[in-house]
Amino acid sequence: MTDAPAVEILSAEKTYPNGTQALLPVNLQVREGELLTLLGPSGCGKSTLLKMIAGLLPASDGRVLLWRKPVGQAEGSGKRLSFVFQEATLMPWARVGANVRLPLDLAGVPRAEADARVHEALQLVGLDKFTHHLPRELSGGMQMRVSIARGLVTRPQLLLMDEPFGALDEITRNRLDGELLELWQQQKLTVIFVTHSIHEAVFLSQRVVVMAARPGRVVDELLIDEPYPRSAEFRVSTAFSQHARRLQDSLQRASGSDADLLPAR
Amino acid sequence: MTPQAQRFAYPLLVAVVLLALWQGLVTGLDIPPFLVPSPLKVAQTLVLDAGLLFAALANTLWITLLSFAAAIVVGVGIAFLFVQNRLIETALFPYAVLLQVTPIVAIAPLIIIWVKDPTASLVICATLVALFPIIANTTLGLRSVNPGLLSYFRLNHATRWQTLVRLRIPSALPYFFVGLRISSGLALIGAVVAEFVAGTGGTGTGLAYQILQAGYQLNIPRMFAALLLITVTGVALFGLMSWLSAWALGGWHESEVHHD
Repeated sequence: MTDAPAVEILSAEKTYPNGTQALLPVNLQVREGELLTLLGPSGCGKSTLLKMIAGLLPASDGRVLLWRKPVGQAEGSGKRLSFVFQEATLMPWARVGANVRLPLDLAGVPRAEADARVHEALQLVGLDKFTHHLPRELSGGMQMRVSIARGLVTRPQLLLMDEPFGALDEITRNRLDGELLELWQQQKLTVIFVTHSIHEAVFLSQRVVVMAARPGRVVDELLIDEPYPRSAEFRVSTAFSQHARRLQDSLQRASGSDADLLPAR
Repeated sequence: MTPQAQRFAYPLLVAVVLLALWQGLVTGLDIPPFLVPSPLKVAQTLVLDAGLLFAALANTLWITLLSFAAAIVVGVGIAFLFVQNRLIETALFPYAVLLQVTPIVAIAPLIIIWVKDPTASLVICATLVALFPIIANTTLGLRSVNPGLLSYFRLNHATRWQTLVRLRIPSALPYFFVGLRISSGLALIGAVVAEFVAGTGGTGTGLAYQILQAGYQLNIPRMFAALLLITVTGVALFGLMSWLSAWALGGWHESEVHHD
């Protein structure tokens, strides 16, 4: 059943009560095991769309299905999703181990089993030696890895990531992108990744959904048909530049169509 | 000298200079002790009247601690009530402010008339003085939760209780401790003010009563000694609360992390 969609978005849209159209109707299917990126400038509704998939924001019209069940009832399918935020959003008073254990504690998983899974999750992100550190003792990149470990500890099938590496320096970001690809392959995850970086989108994705702002909407979809594992060499290959160029053009066309709305520069 | 040592050494130096100056002026200008006693005279009185003064201090301290505890319990209770519902807060907050801005000296006589038990009447007065910072700070703290973490809790279907215990209370702690620090001093002030108002009406054997008595008898050195005890007690309470705050928040909260 590898071809069954993990996520189906059926004409889902978001309009705020004051009339602001955050997102025009979107139709999108995400296959089980796919790595999909939502790419676009600020205000294009990519985070809004991700939050609708997570059930953090209700769609004002249309439907979002997870494993063929409406969002919010997806627990019945026995499958789980995890959300990784823009910031690490760790509890500053709790040690790394307790932070990663949080979703298990909230779900009432027995302590011994929870601790074993915390150790396993921290191993996956290479931080098992930092269980007893406080978040503030870690670098920004390490905090983000703790946040990812917290996302993985519930063994989700679907990982939603909202510009998780946006606040990090480029070198750290590239390294974490690589680590994410390894985790994705190893854990057979479905990943929906939000970013405003063209290079990050090309490096990570099998498919890129291009979005535009004012009003937020999906404007294009591009396949990055390149083999995995993708190494650092891929970043400097001709194929990489060509994909980046195509995304760049697509973004430009989209912003060109509403250029008349922008103030003259 | 380490910054740690400097924090003690410099204020101490100022104290020594001021005391020496005071002693020098009083001795040099031959000022009589019933106008301004010298520091040495005050110290002497503190030793001579130790029995009287420390018994009074114990009474005042007892009232202070009872009121401080009552302010914590009631203040935290009200704060929890406030964050349950914006409507409750909107309806009741003005009255909390009213409590704060009404001078305790003005309502203390009423309370002392209404409440028969002298200890209870003093405790009520001092609690009213110490209450507001705890309410205001704890309420602010319970609301100052990282919105990302709140979303995360919601995403994981955390119950109201789990969110309260695991997220809201720890987030509120730094604010709560600020409230404690302010209120500990206010409880002492409230206790002393209430004792003053109760005056010689048979209730008091606290430090305020000693100050009043010493005033009537023109025993100015004893007045100074009693005043010194109140001040030292206030500083000690503040120090204790600061230490408690550092102990509880040490390591994780910005206010208690030492950046080198």
